[in-house]
Parts: sequence; structure tokens; C-alpha cells
Amino acid sequence: MSYIIKGETGDWEIVVGLEVHCEVISKAKLFSGAPTAFGAEANTQVSFVDAGFPGMLPVINHECVEQAIKTGMGLNATVNKKSIFARKNYYYADLPNGYQISQSDKPIISDGYIDVDLENGETRRIGIERLHLEQDAGKLMHDQHPSKSFVDLNRAGVALMEIVSRPDIRSPEEAGAYLRELRSIVRYIGSCDGNMDEGSMRCDANVSVRHPGDPLGTRAEIKNVNSIRFVMQAIEYEAKRQVELLEEGGKVVQETRKFDSVKGITKTMRSKETAVDYRYFYDPDLIPLRLSDETIEKCRKEMPELPSAKKNRFVKDFGLPAYDAGQLVAEKEIAEYFEAAAKGHDAKKVANYIMGDLFATLNKLGKSIKESPVSPENLGRMVDLINDGTISSRIAKDVFQFMVDEGKSPDQIVEEKGLKQVTDTSAIEKIIDDVINENPDKVAEYRSGKDKLLGWFVGQTMKASKGKANPGMLNDLLKKKLAG
Amino acid sequence: MPMPIDKDMVKRLGILSRLSIPEENTEEMVTEIKKIISWVDQLKDVNTDDVLPMNSVVEDMDLPERKDEITDGDIRDAVIKNAPDQMDGYFLVPKVVE
Repeated sequence: MSYIIKGETGDWEIVVGLEVHCEVISKAKLFSGAPTAFGAEANTQVSFVDAGFPGMLPVINHECVEQAIKTGMGLNATVNKKSIFARKNYYYADLPNGYQISQSDKPIISDGYIDVDLENGETRRIGIERLHLEQDAGKLMHDQHPSKSFVDLNRAGVALMEIVSRPDIRSPEEAGAYLRELRSIVRYIGSCDGNMDEGSMRCDANVSVRHPGDPLGTRAEIKNVNSIRFVMQAIEYEAKRQVELLEEGGKVVQETRKFDSVKGITKTMRSKETAVDYRYFYDPDLIPLRLSDETIEKCRKEMPELPSAKKNRFVKDFGLPAYDAGQLVAEKEIAEYFEAAAKGHDAKKVANYIMGDLFATLNKLGKSIKESPVSPENLGRMVDLINDGTISSRIAKDVFQFMVDEGKSPDQIVEEKGLKQVTDTSAIEKIIDDVINENPDKVAEYRSGKDKLLGWFVGQTMKASKGKANPGMLNDLLKKKLAG
Repeated sequence: MPMPIDKDMVKRLGILSRLSIPEENTEEMVTEIKKIISWVDQLKDVNTDDVLPMNSVVEDMDLPERKDEITDGDIRDAVIKNAPDQMDGYFLVPKVVE
């Protein structure tokens, strides 16, 4: 199913490429020994290198290099054994050197792809052009003083991975799916925490429109959108704007735009005429970065099982539907919980309880899966108790709630609260007989053809058994007895 | 593709470098930049047909690397000491709002 904008001059398709900046997880900065931790007092995590003092030289942090290699492997990309750092020149107060150390035509990673799952079950392959390492900039505050801006360089020099997709994305949904998959991959690898709301993952979107089959249209770049939902909204709005403009006989200008999340629209930030010219050149302070076979091999060995591989394994080994498997692997911690709970138990049922009762409970409590009041072992055990007939799935709801409230094992709860399912035929018959004897008029109505009353009898007898009667047996026996 | 060195380019370079170039000096700057470029252009006379492009003059060396350890920072006073203007540990610059 392709995403098409119906215009007066025919159908339009949208073409989107995303540039994602991921802040690398490392203790120290990319080219200095200053710390990267978030939230410190202004300018306390700044070295003379970060502040651009004369004569200071950058020395690369090996950990950041390994993080980039691993992320490249996660993107099915080529790891380039030789890459070169270049200066991207621009003057702004958040960048004391007047240039950002980045990589231009020789990035550390190139030519990869990721496969993303769409809601309709289709999978789309999105190409990755490159991943390169570069420095983050400092932060400015404009609202502290009538005529001055405040500069904090704590973030200046923290390592970023810029991941550039090919213009393969064809709908807002695909853009969202791509970002979620990318976030999931960097989190699994541990190279970026992927928190868009905190700015450790930031996204620029290049958007253009064309009639299917036509060459690429002129694109506009939407800068720094800070949530996946906003990226999707910004693309949707921008594509419609371009179609309307083109159909009115106008032209799309290549420009930088920003997304106003309150109004849901994009606005011109700077046009091409005033566009910056970065005048890239290789940084004379840094010789080419060469990767040894040992470093690459070490990274390969440290690669975790990635979400896509884990998903396929869950489908194959546990017989889960692809959609459910996708939900469970989106976050590493959830996948780990599932595996611990499913091991040796009915995996499909365990998955259902995780995605249903457990997610609902965690949502309500505002807790993460790691803080789950129900341990994976206890959840797996509860599913065993359902499957071996000790408790009914109805009673399981209560047992689950007791596990949430009291943190005890399901066996202990069933024992203490006397929740064991009644599967003794004579015991169930006794309960049914009591209900029938107490309600001769209802029995008569039922027998005269009011079939709907069966539900009422089920309710009454189940209530009389305190919910513990085996529902299947109860149904069968009840029907027989009522039939007379 | 050599770009024409003219008054427009000088003005643009001025903007990109955050330098103010008075109108009356631009013609003089054009002449000077042209001279510099043509001097550097002498390099074109060297025959480089059999020479591989190099990215650095120390191509055979490995880029020195650091371990991921915190060895710096926590020197705020020294970092902002020479700032023309400062307050509460921040550098202060003329207001820049996009």
C-alpha cells in the first residue's frame, strides 16, 4: 500500500530521507578527556580543547570509534578501514572553534540498510548512505538577559553519530517505523540511549514530492524535530504544502524549515540564498583514522543479537505471530523479560499476558519492565497453573492482581487464598443443583425456550463457586442439568 | 570550476567569516585575493601524474587514540577567565536568536 497524495494534476508520491544525530554513549568526549554526563553545572565539563583554546590538539577517544563501528555493523553497513576527519566551517556561539570536526567524503561507515515492519505486515528496506562521527555543539540560552545570550559548552565536543538514510522513505508511517527500528538498534548495541525528548537522538527530514515515475523534486529540509510523532506530522504537512504550491504553479525552493509542533506546520528558517557554505577541508590536526583488524573483530564479537534477528528467533522458536514478536523485541528489556518468563512454559500465552495484563499494569503504575512487580518466573509459573488446570483463566486475572499487589509466587497465592479450581464433577454438580433448586421459575422459563437464560445460570453458579469452578465443566454439566 | 573572484564573493566571504568589510575596501580585497590565489596556483605547474593524492603529510602514522577515561574538565574558572563577558559561569555573547 503506497502513500499517495491525490492532487488536481494527478497522484503525488513523497520522497523522504532522514538524517539522525545520535549522541554516543561514552564517558569522555570525542576529542578530549572532559566528561559527557548530562545536567552538570555550566562549563564544568569543558577542557581547553572543547573551548577552542589556541594550540590545543584533539586526540580521538577509541571507545567512540568502537561504538560507531558496532552501530555500522547493526546497520548492515560497510566499515571503512580508513576514514578522514574534516572541518565543517561555520561561525556560531555554540561552536568556539568556528568549525565542527566531522567527516565529509570519507566517513567511517557507508552503504547499509535496515528493514522496517509496517502495520499491514509488509517489510520495507531503507538504505543507509553513511554514518559518520562528529562533535556536538554547546548550548545557548536566550531568555536570561535582555541583550546577551548565555553559552554553556558542556555538550561541546560530545561524540555524535550522524546516520544518513537514502531517500527511500515513501510515507510518514515508514519514517516513524525507520526511526523506531533505528532507536531500537542503537539501544540494543548500547551506542546511544535514543531519547529524542532529551535530545540525545535528533532528526532532520528531507522532503520532496513528485508524480510517480518522475525524477526527484526539489527538497526542503526540516531541522531538529524532537519526537517520532512530530517527524511524521512534519513530513505529512510539508508534503501537502509542496503539492499545493506546485499545483498552484509555484516552485519548491531548496531551504531549511523548522517544525512548529503547536500549530503542526513547517516554516522557513533560512533560504538557499543565505545558506551557509561549510567549506569542508580535511582537518590538519588529525591524520586519517585507520581501523585495525583486531578492533573490527573485537567489535564483531561484542555485537549483541539485534532486534530483527531476535524477532525471527521468537517467531521460529516460540511460534509467536510476527506482530507480537515485533512488539516484544522493540525494547531489549522487554525481550529479556519475555525470554525469562517463556523459558519452559507456554510462550504464546506468556506473550499474551505480557502484552495485555502486564503492560496495562506497568502503564498504570508508571513503571518500566525492569521494575515489574511480577517477576518473569512467577508469570511463567502462573501460565503453567492455567495450563495444568489448577486455576481457570478467569481466576488467573485475580492471581495476577495478587502478584502485582503482594509480589508472591502464584502457587503461594493460590494456596493462601484457596483459589484452586474445582474440577471435581460431584462438587460442581452440587453447586448447580443448589442454584436450580433455588430458582424453579427461571428453570421453567429456560425450559420453555428462553435460551438466553443460560448465561444467567452460568453467572450464578460461577458466583456460587467463588469463581473457582472449571468453566468448561461447569458449562457442560449445567446444560445437561437444565435440559432435565 | 574556478569561481569568479569579484566584489560579491568578497562580501560573501566576509559574511561567512563574520568579518565586516567596508564597501570602500572590497575592490582592494578582490585584487589581493586574486594575487594570493594566483600565487598558490603555481602548484599547478608541478607534474603530479604519478603521485597518489595524500590526505596528510604523515600518512604512514596511525592516529593516536585515547582510552575512554575522564582526565579533564572541572576547570571552569580557567575556561571562562579570558571571556570578554561572563555571568554565573556562563560565557556571555551578544544576543543571537534565529
